[in-house]
Order: sequence, then structure tokens, then C-alpha cells
Amino acid sequence: MSRSLSPQPTILARFRAFTRTQSGIDLISQTVQYVILGLGAFIIMIPFLWMISTSFKNEFQVWDPEVWWPDPFVLSNYRRPFDVLPMKTFFKNTMITVLAGVIGVPLSSSLVAYGFARFRAPGSTVLFMVLLTTMMLPGQVTLIPTFILFRRLGWYDTLLPLTVPCFLGSAFYIFLLRQFFTGISKDVEEAAIIDGCGTLRVWWQILLPMTKPALATVVVFEFLGKWNDFFGPLIYLETLDKFTLALGMRMFQSDFIIEYGPIMALATLLMLPCVLLFFFTSRYFIQGISLTGSKG
Amino acid sequence: MIKRLSRSNTLKFYLLVSPWLVGFVVFVAGPMVYSMYLSMTRYTMLNPPSWIGLANYTNLLRDARFLKSLRVTATYTFVGVPLRLIFAFAIALMLNNIRRGKDFIRTVYYLPSVVSGVAVVVLWRWLFNPEVGLVNHILGWFGIQGPGWLYDPDWALPALIIMSLWGVGRDVVIFLAGLQGIGVQLYEAARIDGAGGWQCLRYITVPMISPTIFFNLVMGIIGSFQVFTDAYVATQGGPMDATLVTVLYLYLQAFGNLRMGYASAIAWVLFVIIMFFTLLIIRSSTVWVFYETEIGGKKA
Repeated sequence: MSRSLSPQPTILARFRAFTRTQSGIDLISQTVQYVILGLGAFIIMIPFLWMISTSFKNEFQVWDPEVWWPDPFVLSNYRRPFDVLPMKTFFKNTMITVLAGVIGVPLSSSLVAYGFARFRAPGSTVLFMVLLTTMMLPGQVTLIPTFILFRRLGWYDTLLPLTVPCFLGSAFYIFLLRQFFTGISKDVEEAAIIDGCGTLRVWWQILLPMTKPALATVVVFEFLGKWNDFFGPLIYLETLDKFTLALGMRMFQSDFIIEYGPIMALATLLMLPCVLLFFFTSRYFIQGISLTGSKG
Repeated sequence: MIKRLSRSNTLKFYLLVSPWLVGFVVFVAGPMVYSMYLSMTRYTMLNPPSWIGLANYTNLLRDARFLKSLRVTATYTFVGVPLRLIFAFAIALMLNNIRRGKDFIRTVYYLPSVVSGVAVVVLWRWLFNPEVGLVNHILGWFGIQGPGWLYDPDWALPALIIMSLWGVGRDVVIFLAGLQGIGVQLYEAARIDGAGGWQCLRYITVPMISPTIFFNLVMGIIGSFQVFTDAYVATQGGPMDATLVTVLYLYLQAFGNLRMGYASAIAWVLFVIIMFFTLLIIRSSTVWVFYETEIGGKKA
């Protein structure tokens, strides 16, 4: 009897004492943070899971939000968009704009950035200020004249308005790459120039290889930008065989408004390349975003 | 010799930047001037523009739908952006503190930002479906009868804001990069002086991260004022213009009614509003944004 009354610390009391030590406070705060972050991550993932789950449901189970695991598991939703829409054409058109973006934008931007980073000329400083200012300009101000211009050129309802400008550099990436070039030592270049290497060759053979990580960042962002672009295709494309996937997706969802299985299947297909690209190149993403963020 | 070199340098510079220069003249400077002119004309693309002076601008002031669109855009921006920043900052702080799995969790949070566009909006339309959507279903577990969301004039805009919060990961990544740039020695010195966690946050983390807050705030506001796809695909501006954001109204005027002059005027008003808020934040930043270089110079 006396034993049970002895001041033997209970588990609870021991735990209380532990929480007052430094390592105890640490453990609790870490746990709490993991729980909150985990919960948040889970909430972020729910829409994706829900989309994928819906995309495999048949036309009856689609209406039952209780069901997460489709039974039966139907694949036909993924065939439906291909049956009713010229998906191959949409894909081809999208890829044309994507290719123009991932090839044209990095190349032209880097060329211009090289000019700004390495050559002084009358007016070069002013032009650089102009470049910085255009980064802030909202696109709406130039939208209507640009639209009229493309119409006059006879480029309306072609992919040209979405591809040609890619080869004229992008203010933001020019700025980004210029910062990169400025950080690179000129030694190698100068040695090459003394050996008789021309300006373009210096750019192509020395500077481009040295800025591969930065270029990769431009490529992944440009891929996503073009793949997901909606506004450009919406105003410049009219006939079905010119449509991109984003336009096709919108048409599909307004025409087949209640066929949520196929709609979610198409949404899944559209997101998949972006997610895959992200998983394989997340290093460049994080680098790119952090860079643009901290330099701002 | 030097003269010749600098002349050849000048030539090289202009050759190298010529792609951008052409693009600037053709797609930026030229269109800006022309857009300014168009905004003072009536132009339907069928007849040549006819000069009407400032009539488009004075009409805008009396255009109830336009004023409504400004209110909608302002609400979307000034509720959505601060919410996103607060969430992003809190998440980034915790991410910076935890010891393992940082990269993995960051990847998850960033995922919605890589799939932006129509597919995302279509997905959210489905989630917000009043009868069988997941959002209202989950609210039902807690005994809450969810609203009609995108079909309800009072709830459509909040729905769009919730949608935009899903993209919080972009800001998280930027904040995290900023947090990782803060020197550990600052915290160590503060601990030795007896500062607690809260004091470290208030007097070290927040001032040191303020340039990043500034950046996210400016970018958030600029982007948010120009929102289009979300509203266009989710609601077409409805119900009862509850989500008629300004760029959507501009789009409807330009490409629906072919009122190119009027739409140009809308673009300029929007531009001025964006510039106003951007400059306001930049002006105020001298008070609340702290740059490390200020330490040596005793704050200029």
C-alpha cells in the first residue's frame, strides 16, 4: 500500500518534465509542424486525387462523391475525347507553339542578353532601362493593336501570332540571362577572341554551354507557359483544326458539360506532361523561381 | 584604333539586341502609341477609327458594368493576395524549420502551380459542383449545407479566391528561398542575448524577409489585377456579373462587341490602376522593407 503512494513519477508526470527540457520542446514543435504541413499537403493533393478517381468512374458512380475507388474501373473515359474531338490535331498545334517557345525564346533571349551583358554602345544603357520597364507592362495595353496588326498581316487563325514573337526574345528572360552572363568571368571569352573567334561563335560555343542551367530553367517555364496558354489561342484561333489542347479542353467541357468522367480524363491527360516535366526537372524549377524571386 | 573598336562594338551591340529591338518596336512601342490613339476613337474594325476625344473615358466612368468589374477585381486582389501571402509565409516558415522531407513537401505544395490553365479551372468547377462536388460533400460531413458556389452571386468570387489559394506553392518556394538566405549567426547571436522564438521571428525573420514579402506582394497584385482565364472558364463572368473581372470585360467589349476603341480605354485605365498600386507599394516600401545594405549606411 505504501508502495503505491511513494513519489514514483507517473508516465504523465515524466512526459510533463520532458516537455520542459529543450529536446522535449523541440520534439513537440517539430511534430506539430509536420502535422500541419502534412495536413496542408494532403489538402493540396485532394483535387488531383479526386480528378483521377473521377476519370475512372462510370457514368453512374460519377455522381457519388462517397466513392473514391471506382468500381468498376472504367478506361473508356480516356477514349471519349479522342472519339469526339480531333485530339491529334490539337496536340500537333500545341506542340508547334511549345517548340517555338522552348527553342525560340531561350536562343533569342540569350543572344540579346549577351549583347546587353558584354557590349557598350551609345544608347545601350537607355535601352536596358526600356527593357526593364517593358517587364512591368501589362499585356492588355498592347493587346488590341497587336491583334489588329496580326489580322492585317493575314495571320489571324494561324499559329503564327503564337510562334513568331517567340524568336524576338522575352524581356524577363533577357534580364535573367544578362544577370547570369554578367556573373561569368570574361577570361575564356577574351582568350577565344584573341585566337580569332567571332562574336557569334563566342556566344554559341562558350557562353551558351556555360549557362545551361539557366537555359534549362527558361525551357521548362516556356514549356509550361505555352502548353497551358489559353488567352493567346483564344483570341487568335478560330477554326477547329487550328485549336490547341487548351482550347479543345474548354470546348469539350462546354459541349459535354455533364460528362464529368471524360472531362476529368482529359484534364488528367493535359496535366500529366506538366507534372512529369516538373518531377524530372524540379531542380531547375526551384532554382528559377528562387532566382527570379530574390533578384526582384 | 579605340574609336574603330568602339564603333565595331556599337555595331555588334545593335546586331545582337536587334531581335528584341524589332519586337519592342513592333509589339510594344508601336502598339502602345496606337492603343492610346484607339482609346480616343470609335472603332469596330469594319470602318476606319473615328475620333471622339475622351468620350470613351467619360463613358467608362458612367458604365455600371465597368465599375462593377473594378470592384470585383479589387475584391479578388485585396482579399486573395494577402491571404495567399499569409498562408505562403506560414507554410514556408514551418518548411524551413523541419529537418527532413523538406524537398518532398515543397514539391507537393508547388505541384498546382505547374498545371495552371484551363484543365485546373475545369477541375475546380467539378469540385465546386453544388450537388455532387467534393467541396460541398466534405462540408456536409460537418453538417454544413454548402452554398451554390459558382452558381451563387455571393459565393462565386470567394470560390475563385479559394481556387487561387491552391496556387500558394509559388509564393512558398520564393519565401523559402528568402528564409534560407538568412544567416544562422543572426539567430545564434539573438539566442545568446536571450531572445525567444517569437522575438526572433519579429525582429530577425520578418525584417530580413521583407524584400521577399515586397516582391511577392507586387507580383501578386500585378498578376491578380490581370486575372482572366479563371473567371472566363469557370463562370464567364457570371452569375449576375459577380465574377466579371476587368480583363474579362475588356475581352467581351473587344472581341464580343468589337468595340476596339472602348476596350483600349479599359486597358489604359487598368494600366493606370496597376501602376498606381505598384508605385504605392514601392513608395511605402521605404518604411517597411529592410535591405541588408542599409546596416552599414545607417539607413539612407
